[in-house]
Amino acid sequence: MAEQVTEARSASASPTTKSSGSASADKIFAGLAYGAGGLILLVLAFVAIFLVTESLPALAPKVFSNVDSIKSAENFWVYVMPLIGGTLMASAIAILLATPVAVGIALFISHYAPRKLATPIGYVIDLLAAIPSVVFGAWGMITLSSAMVPIYGWLHDNLGFIPFFAGSPSTTGRTLLTSGVVLAVMILPIITSLCREIFLQTPKLHEEAALALGATQWEMVKMTVFPFARAGIISSIMLGLGRALGETMAVTLVLSGGVFSLSLISSGNQTIPSEIALNFPEAFGMRQSELIAAGLMLFVITLVVNMIARWIVSRHKEFSGAN
Amino acid sequence: MSTELKNQDQSGAAPAPAVKKNGRGSSGTLTEGQKPAWTWAAVAGGALVVGAGIAAVMGDGFSITGWLIVSAVVYVIGMYIATRVVENRRRATDGLWRNLVWAAFIIALIPLISLLWTVFAQGLPTLITNPGLLVDDMSTTNGATDAATQDQGEPLSGGFVHGLVGTLMITIVATIISVPIGMLTSIYLVEYSRGGWFARAITFFVDVMTGIPSIVAGLFAFAAVQLFITTFIGSSPVHLQMVKMGLTASIALSVLMIPVVVRSTEEMLRVVPNELREASYALGVRKWRTIMMVVLPTSISGIASGVTLAIARVTGETAPILVTAGFLATTTWNPFSGWMTALPVYIYRQLVNPTAPGAPLPSELRAWAAALVLIIIVMLLNLIARIIAQAFAPKKSGR
Repeated sequence: MAEQVTEARSASASPTTKSSGSASADKIFAGLAYGAGGLILLVLAFVAIFLVTESLPALAPKVFSNVDSIKSAENFWVYVMPLIGGTLMASAIAILLATPVAVGIALFISHYAPRKLATPIGYVIDLLAAIPSVVFGAWGMITLSSAMVPIYGWLHDNLGFIPFFAGSPSTTGRTLLTSGVVLAVMILPIITSLCREIFLQTPKLHEEAALALGATQWEMVKMTVFPFARAGIISSIMLGLGRALGETMAVTLVLSGGVFSLSLISSGNQTIPSEIALNFPEAFGMRQSELIAAGLMLFVITLVVNMIARWIVSRHKEFSGAN
Repeated sequence: MSTELKNQDQSGAAPAPAVKKNGRGSSGTLTEGQKPAWTWAAVAGGALVVGAGIAAVMGDGFSITGWLIVSAVVYVIGMYIATRVVENRRRATDGLWRNLVWAAFIIALIPLISLLWTVFAQGLPTLITNPGLLVDDMSTTNGATDAATQDQGEPLSGGFVHGLVGTLMITIVATIISVPIGMLTSIYLVEYSRGGWFARAITFFVDVMTGIPSIVAGLFAFAAVQLFITTFIGSSPVHLQMVKMGLTASIALSVLMIPVVVRSTEEMLRVVPNELREASYALGVRKWRTIMMVVLPTSISGIASGVTLAIARVTGETAPILVTAGFLATTTWNPFSGWMTALPVYIYRQLVNPTAPGAPLPSELRAWAAALVLIIIVMLLNLIARIIAQAFAPKKSGR
């Protein structure tokens, strides 16, 4: 790029070559910009193609490899279904825990906090987003899991009749529920920052009209902010879900994995990203294909979730008064 | 809080008490029909006492945390009932949600404080007593030295300088790959496209790319490099060993970085006033020179800040590097051949596979010290991004 700049400068020094030299530089630059855009589409296509190519031996071992079945189970779906179940369960816990708190904080920053506090609180939440996932995982593994042990004992004693809290509670606290809590903390800032943006866009006139009619602050929020932001809240939750589905380290470090079970308070279960991270470094041949195929499943799931979220946002843009 | 509550109520819901006052026909002061200012203190005190009772009955042992949590719940319910009795249902609901919103904020602070406290309390003492951690790698550390450290009180050996070097090299290469692609793409989107299908496709798929799980990005880079090597170089085990290197990790990180760079640059280019472009065109300047000399310099602070944030994001990534760059105990500066260790992977490995399985304590200490350093690096990058954005922000933004 720098070369082009100097070249064009020397070209523009003489008036006769100026227009022609610049014109071709113009074309080159436009071509570069166009090419970069195309490259991004190409990369995404390659992500899909490469993952499919590398996972074909696991998806259909009889056709694409010289062995009859995959290594870990009788066929790929038997292998991957429990993993998908674990992934969905962990993400569901994270969403259930994070959504009310995140919407609450967003509302706190946009409407409830004293003006002077609102900006620093925004920074604090951004700080939470900046902490690397491996540190979250280490914290969940060492600090949070031991803090959760008495809670699991209590849940088992008092709510043991619910399948989620059945089974013997883990003595280390390294369970799917602990992973879900760590995931919830990690997706909290994502949902919060998106919701805050949308809450702040609520038309001021609507809010003032509600207050002028004698609404309390909560009634004002219920009547003006929530209807305006509904689509935005849903899509921010979906984006948080997409993040929770693909988050690796929090689960890998926290969970002491095992076979699929509904019990959230005993060790067991496994998620796709964590399964890949634990086994991929030592894997080769068919095992590698299995893990890449599992990654492909994860890719498809997150792709669907994200596309729905984006679709809601783009649909919302057309009729929202703020844009 | 209670004074603010009162103010809000006077401005917000003035008609309601007015109606009530007339109905009752009583003295008619301004605070008529409102709960007294000390209500919250009384309810809080009551909640603490009741909470202590409940916590003692329910739990096997009395714990401060359990007591505070139960008291907080009792306080929120108590305030609702008190307001409902003294004032009315609407005010009570309003107060209830106000308390819940505050509670949400406090709940979110707990993990943040706990996490920062854990990292500093565990990492800082180790780092201060063993500054050698910052300049040593793990080449001389093995199970025997760690066992000696744990059992006989020998000084902590080893360090994570190889992780720092690895993170630095991998991130630099990833930045070199993704910044030009990301910036050119956003230039295309803002300056060249006229909202055609191609531009809309790019915008949509950049959004989709933001949501790619980091480990899938790692698998993609691995699969891409493996396919390249087996096709063009060879497929013997030696060649398959070559797949894992710093460059593969950089490609994985680029997949995560490009969408962030595109989005932030695009946003910044869009706030450059059109008048600047038109003035430049009016002087007969070509479009590409207008972009290079007028548009980019105007928005460079925002772009630099966005790029710094993108770097901060990928510096903390673990999973994609774990599956693409392997793990090494010695320092290497070459990202183009051989395995490489990044700092987050180092933390993960030290926690999951301690150097001495029988004596995991030294590994844990090193992991926390490394975690502290990693957090400081990422925070510094975030701070730098903020400073760049504020210090060099254009005076006016329009359009």
